[in-house]
Amino acid sequence: MSDQKLFSLRNPWFSTSVGVTVVIAVLATLAGLIWLPLAQPDLKLSGIWDAICSAAGVPRASSQAGSVQADFKTSDVVMTSEMLTRPSQVSIGRGATLAQRCAICHGPQGVSDANSPNLAGQFAAVTYKELNDFKTGARVNVIMTPFAVNMTNQDMLDVAAYYSYLPRVPSSHADAKIPAPLIVTTGAPMRNIAPCGSCHGDIDTKAGSPWLGGQSAVYIKAQLHAFASGTRRNDISQQMRNIARQMTAEEIDQVAHYYEAQP
Amino acid sequence: MLINKRLILAHFWLAFAVFGVALVLGAWQMFVRSPLNAWHFNPEFYYRSVTAHGSIMGYVFPTLVAMGFGYAITESALEKPLIGRRWAWAGFWLVAVGAVVAMVPVSLGWASVLYTFYPPMVGNPLYYIGVVLVVVGSWIWVALMSINLAAWKRDNPDKPVPLAMFANVAGSYLWGWTAVGAALEIIFQILPVALGLRSTIDAGLARVFFSWTLHAIVYFWLIPTYIAYYSIFPRAIGGRLYSDAMARISFILFVVVAMPIGVHHLFTDPQVGAGFKFMHSVFTGLVALPTLLTVFTICASAEIASRLRGGRGAFGWVSALPWQNPIMLATAFSLVMLGFGGAGGLINMSYQLDASIHNTQWITGHFHLIFGGAIVIMYFAIAYDLWPHLTGRALDFGLMRTQLWLWFIGMIVTTFPWHYVGILGMPRRMAFYDYSNAAVSPQAFSVTMSAVGGFILLISGVLFLTVLIRGQWAASSEAGAYRFSVPLHMPARIPAALNSFGLWLALMIGLTVVNYGYPIAQLMVLKETNVPAVYVGAGR
Repeated sequence: MSDQKLFSLRNPWFSTSVGVTVVIAVLATLAGLIWLPLAQPDLKLSGIWDAICSAAGVPRASSQAGSVQADFKTSDVVMTSEMLTRPSQVSIGRGATLAQRCAICHGPQGVSDANSPNLAGQFAAVTYKELNDFKTGARVNVIMTPFAVNMTNQDMLDVAAYYSYLPRVPSSHADAKIPAPLIVTTGAPMRNIAPCGSCHGDIDTKAGSPWLGGQSAVYIKAQLHAFASGTRRNDISQQMRNIARQMTAEEIDQVAHYYEAQP
Repeated sequence: MLINKRLILAHFWLAFAVFGVALVLGAWQMFVRSPLNAWHFNPEFYYRSVTAHGSIMGYVFPTLVAMGFGYAITESALEKPLIGRRWAWAGFWLVAVGAVVAMVPVSLGWASVLYTFYPPMVGNPLYYIGVVLVVVGSWIWVALMSINLAAWKRDNPDKPVPLAMFANVAGSYLWGWTAVGAALEIIFQILPVALGLRSTIDAGLARVFFSWTLHAIVYFWLIPTYIAYYSIFPRAIGGRLYSDAMARISFILFVVVAMPIGVHHLFTDPQVGAGFKFMHSVFTGLVALPTLLTVFTICASAEIASRLRGGRGAFGWVSALPWQNPIMLATAFSLVMLGFGGAGGLINMSYQLDASIHNTQWITGHFHLIFGGAIVIMYFAIAYDLWPHLTGRALDFGLMRTQLWLWFIGMIVTTFPWHYVGILGMPRRMAFYDYSNAAVSPQAFSVTMSAVGGFILLISGVLFLTVLIRGQWAASSEAGAYRFSVPLHMPARIPAALNSFGLWLALMIGLTVVNYGYPIAQLMVLKETNVPAVYVGAGR
């Protein structure tokens, strides 16, 4: 079209558009990175460079001096979705031997009617975390703690791998007629309770959340009350305590019986 | 001259078919989370549905419309057959296959991550692979638009590029560049995790990459609408385009400033510094300019048409406009919705005002008004205008008017209460609201109204498909060659700047580097910003 060269400062289209763009960009940068941060007295900046770093979002280590420490032992297990999902055959075999001592309460096949958790088919990460928490003291139980303190890390991994390898057995209390309580399917958003099923199965599963189908109602109820009263506190970031504290006694009863009746 | 009619029709038919499916899902979503729904349902179905609705409406539907309309513009504005017909078909099939590949895992509940992906949530890899196929298919279109323009310019060195083609190529370049953000996010961040090669993801960086795509994608959706304003509307109402140069400047402004603004979606995100949020806010303000230019030019063009028809007076000319014409009606509705939506947008882009509506239903109301309202109603107009030239059969004007009125009313009834409950603080992305609670019950009436609007939209959508389907059996009629609007003053020569893209693409990339370079570089360098992935729809 026009014979004039476009990429030349003599072309007014070029010089004007580039000039206006550069001016706007420079002004926005100066205002955003220097003027606005310095204009905020709360930021307590030491100078222009500090203002730029602050506004650009350069991370800085904050002092841990004033932070509040829990006065009890917290869980040191870091949960990821992939954790312990691919166990070796050797680990499962070792776990089978080690699990002999668990059989009296948890059953020879990982299932029992002793109102202790049924471990057959439980996610390995879940079993491992609880064992580790018993060992470190983050979770305390007169029966489990003495077992766990003497286990090595590999022992705990192996036992967890073995139980996750066992097939889930249909619950002896299975009853398909019990309808899912609202708290399981939709939670109670106004009380900040997510649906139980969104972490514990049926809707979805989340890392570290146990499979609850077929667990003893007595056990589930006891744990929810323990979370609510604060006698159990190895849940990471109070996930379960915050939920259990908001649940009514009736809801706790409902979910305990519902899950017991699930396959 | 339209030669590859089957190619163009295939794009439009697939676009409107998936649009119909997504519209049903949308109406269902409006219903289940409203007080009209008394039964309780698995909330996972809601997220499954939202993922499908968003992925179709956000990625598949507008992309197919832009591609189909782009091919139609290429052939009719450049008056020569499309170069690369086979490639165009390959692009179409990539989009079609990609849509199916993405929707299978979504339907099965394996990828209920919503169409914005939201890492560290990670779903089934097929969902992301499907989305990538859709984008790759559309990139073929981007390349074809560029090749066709270059070939035409070589043959016609002394002619200005026709406005419709200039705008069409502007839209394709904008899409080509803006899709890069989400492509980087999916290919380098999400897919390795979804495939099990890594178990952690930098969710903050992923959100920054997505914001690169997420705002400018709106302008990619918008450009067919603006092309219809400038090159269909004045011709359809028997007028002239007020200014050809103003139109070109508007499209150029979109190319330059639509990109470096996406961080206004991350105003409450901690991983981007406040200074960069301010810079993005400034450029978001600038993107109002091309829209204001457009509103002025289109109203002026309407006034020209009216005065040619004998319209008189300062405002009296408005009544002399051809209101019986569906294109007139659609454009007027579109501009009204654009006005309200744009005003809401100015609130979203203000760092402080955004704080009161961030992550509330206001936002969903806003983008439905802009996209579902102002933009999609012009997609209907484009289809109505183009259809007789593609099928050689006339469409029913009366039914069109009813459909457009219903869409306009439905969209206002849906989105105005939607904005309002957002101001009341109703959060978005939730499947369930307890309307019996005293704090939530004041929102019940507005949400019900919104759901009613959703049903009106559904009826309008059915009518739209009815018009097109009935058109297949209508009597044959010769529609003549497909033409675009003629400007008031036909430019014989125009400056090289308004006839080429080199300078504007350089500014677009330059501003992207200025506004995104540091935040992205910093997050890529920091190792401690990775978090464990949360797999959704995993084993039970």
